[in-house]
Amino acid sequence: MNGEPETGRGYLEERGWRSWAYTMDHKRIGVMYLCTTIAFFFIGGIFALLLRLELLSPQAKYFSDHAYNVFFTLHGAMMIFLFIIPAIPSGLGNFFIPMHIGARDVAFPRLNLASYWIFVAGFLVVIASLVSPMDTGWTFYTPYSAKTGAAVATLSFGIFLIGMSSILTGLNFIVTIHMMRAPGMTWHRMPLFLWGMYATSIIQVIATPVVGVTFLLLAMERIFGVAFFDPSKGGDPVLFQHFFWFYSHPVVYVMILPAMGIISEVIPVFSRKPIFGYKAIAYSSLAIAFLGFLVWGHHMFTSGMSPLANAFFSFLTFFVAVPTAVKVFNWIATLYKGSITFEAPMLYALTFIFLFAVGGLTGPFLGALATDVQLHDTYFVVAHFHYTMMGGTVMGFFAGLHYWFPKMTGKMLNEKVARIAWALVFLGFNVTFFTMFITGFEGMPRRYAEYLPRYHVENVISSIGSAILAVGILVMFWNFLQGIRKGPPAPGNPWRALTLEWQTSSPPITENFPEIPVVTDWPYGYGEPKGRTA
Amino acid sequence: MEGACREKGSVMGKVFALGAASGQAAQVDAVFLMILVIGIFFFLLTQGLLIYFAVKYRRRSPDRDNETPRITENRVLEFFWILIPSIVVVVIFYYGWRVYTNLHEPEAGAVEVYVNGRQWLYEIKYPDGRTAINEIRVPAGKPVKFILSASDVIHGFYFPDFRGKMDMIPGRTTVLRLQPDRPGRYPIFCTVYCGTGHSNMMARLIVMPPAEYAEWAAHGEKEGGEGKEHEPLAVRGERIVKNAGCLNCHNIEGPVKVGPDWKGVYGRKVLLEGGKTVTADEDYLRESIVDPGAKIVKGFPNVMPTYKTTLPKDDIDAVVAYLKTLK
Ligand code: HEC
Ligand SMILES: [Cu+2]
Repeated sequence: MNGEPETGRGYLEERGWRSWAYTMDHKRIGVMYLCTTIAFFFIGGIFALLLRLELLSPQAKYFSDHAYNVFFTLHGAMMIFLFIIPAIPSGLGNFFIPMHIGARDVAFPRLNLASYWIFVAGFLVVIASLVSPMDTGWTFYTPYSAKTGAAVATLSFGIFLIGMSSILTGLNFIVTIHMMRAPGMTWHRMPLFLWGMYATSIIQVIATPVVGVTFLLLAMERIFGVAFFDPSKGGDPVLFQHFFWFYSHPVVYVMILPAMGIISEVIPVFSRKPIFGYKAIAYSSLAIAFLGFLVWGHHMFTSGMSPLANAFFSFLTFFVAVPTAVKVFNWIATLYKGSITFEAPMLYALTFIFLFAVGGLTGPFLGALATDVQLHDTYFVVAHFHYTMMGGTVMGFFAGLHYWFPKMTGKMLNEKVARIAWALVFLGFNVTFFTMFITGFEGMPRRYAEYLPRYHVENVISSIGSAILAVGILVMFWNFLQGIRKGPPAPGNPWRALTLEWQTSSPPITENFPEIPVVTDWPYGYGEPKGRTA
Repeated sequence: MEGACREKGSVMGKVFALGAASGQAAQVDAVFLMILVIGIFFFLLTQGLLIYFAVKYRRRSPDRDNETPRITENRVLEFFWILIPSIVVVVIFYYGWRVYTNLHEPEAGAVEVYVNGRQWLYEIKYPDGRTAINEIRVPAGKPVKFILSASDVIHGFYFPDFRGKMDMIPGRTTVLRLQPDRPGRYPIFCTVYCGTGHSNMMARLIVMPPAEYAEWAAHGEKEGGEGKEHEPLAVRGERIVKNAGCLNCHNIEGPVKVGPDWKGVYGRKVLLEGGKTVTADEDYLRESIVDPGAKIVKGFPNVMPTYKTTLPKDDIDAVVAYLKTLK
């Protein structure tokens, strides 16, 4: 299987916009998703910087309060719906799921292309909503979202379309993983990235329709005055929160599970050790996906739910912690007695574990009823979810980008610049968000355009951190661009990894593999003279 | 608003001095500290190992990387690292829950304050009919019960110094209990995003020494409360009940008319059609008036009209306050 294939053309060779717009090649679709989502990562990031700029002073200084509210809504909505949810699954997932299982494409290539264009339609509608920009927060809580003059119906329609696209992608992946595995690729020989993606796809297919329907109800309320959520006409505003979190809680696992999959790939490769506890990692993904459906109420402990319901949700919430902790233990155990090197993918993978541990260990403060009542809706929550979402998912995404860059582009990156970027990102991230734990603990509520002077110092520190973080990210992407333009050509398998995508040329040929590989082993047999038979 | 929130020293400082603005806050802080200690322990354990392994097992010579041992599982280790976190989370859950239910236990003789949130201020009403905006006065050392509502969108009601928080939801009544120990002025923040003025929606809680409070309550016009409307809520409620024709169907005491009689209605266990039982709290009483069909008392016909459109929200509050006096 090793060695450069003689047949076929690199998937990037065909030129012209048609070759992209009409492509059914999962790799090209993956690349289009990556470019689109990264663009939104930058736009969302600019909004974040504007927020941090405004928060330099306790009083409104650069923008009006309304503008601030619009910015944090757009920051949240774009980062979540247009970046974090699609980036790893639809971008890296599209590219690497078929390659990991040794297939030529996904099960339904045409549907895959359709999902991408539905996604584009979705974000165009989202952009159209900027005529009267949203100021509800990404959570759309009623009755405010039913009353505000902003283009709520438009934005929610855009997200509805994006949701549709992710349902279709999820379905496509589930079928692909079931039906298209190369001969010999049993379930227990699948790379763990696939297990993460499989669990993710299930959540997307089950949970996304709920948010779709919720937004439809909200649109009906706004357009036709059907009062589902308006108490003055017999509706219930808290019902919206139940619907919303029934989707939005499971969806945090859509964000994190694929990233955990990437970490499970990168750690063994760079420590030259078999992954520790393969089955535990694989099945804990499914356990997390399942438990994730039972805990949505923990976003609503102060919404007047009965104390009994609160206790129930709190109890279940804690059990999500167990499979998550198991994964972390497994990764650390994989390092034990390894032969570790610290190229950029590994640096980001270790950073993931470190930051995600902070995010994970601050979860119990919010899961425990007594302390959640205090910390809910304060900056503590903002810090917590940035540690899990940005410190977790986004670091996992960066690990994946650096890891697969040679495969996707056929070029190597400048390692030194990548490390400088990493150092800036690590520093900036912690300065920005660790401070927020303190700000939140001291009682500053989130979504505040203006705040009491007693929180001034903390906010200034966070803003300085965000500037460092931004510089780090710019350096990283500048390095990517340089790599694409003039990086040295990459060999087929620069990291000497064992998963199938590395057993073909970089960049891969359009058909992925000259011939469909036959799998005889699991992909983690590092360090041993010859792989073991699973 | 600034003066309202005179610096009280950082909350952080208080935790480590273990002196919060109330006994309740200290209990919450204890849970916080417990989780913090457990969290730091696991953080140091896992990240310590991570860094230790990363340094110890870094690749020293490029040709040695085929000599790593084949370790793929260890049943005993894995059993314990599932078991121990499971126990730890149950313990954390338990303490979080115990303290939470303690704080929500109703206490007899609580001072009641009605607070209504609207964009972007808090309207305060005391049972004796005084009103105020964005300023709440309560005596130190006594339990206080805040009865919360909202007129437009959802708002939040949060005092960081007491670690307490509750949402204010249009169409519902929610309750937040507090026992402030130390006199002082404390900020109250809106925590549920409610539109343009969200970050300016603040009030102050003035905890007064009992003697001062008693004096203020006796002639409040001097300071604080706007106290124009001095008809006590319950008195106003009684007047409304007489005018609205409730008494055609309800007796306060004595023979049952069309509907249940009212003596002791507040707090009693009501058996409903369909077999469920509910406790008649503020929210139930309010609902019985605005949406009588939602819960039908067992043995009675569903004939009570809704007063949702005929009685403004204020009047319903007053009626509820009156019903509560019928012991
Ligand atoms: C037409 C007769 C009628 C009128 C007028 C009426 N009610 Fe009722 N009410 C009933 C009946 C019958 C029930 C029991 C069935 C039910 O729960 O709806 C009831 C139930 C209640 C209850 C629940 C009592 C319990 O024991 O749980 C409350 C509180 C109440 N009414 C308050 C009022 C108030 C306040 C008014 C005036 C503003 C009013 N009612 C006017 C007929 C009436
Ligand atoms: Cu508010």
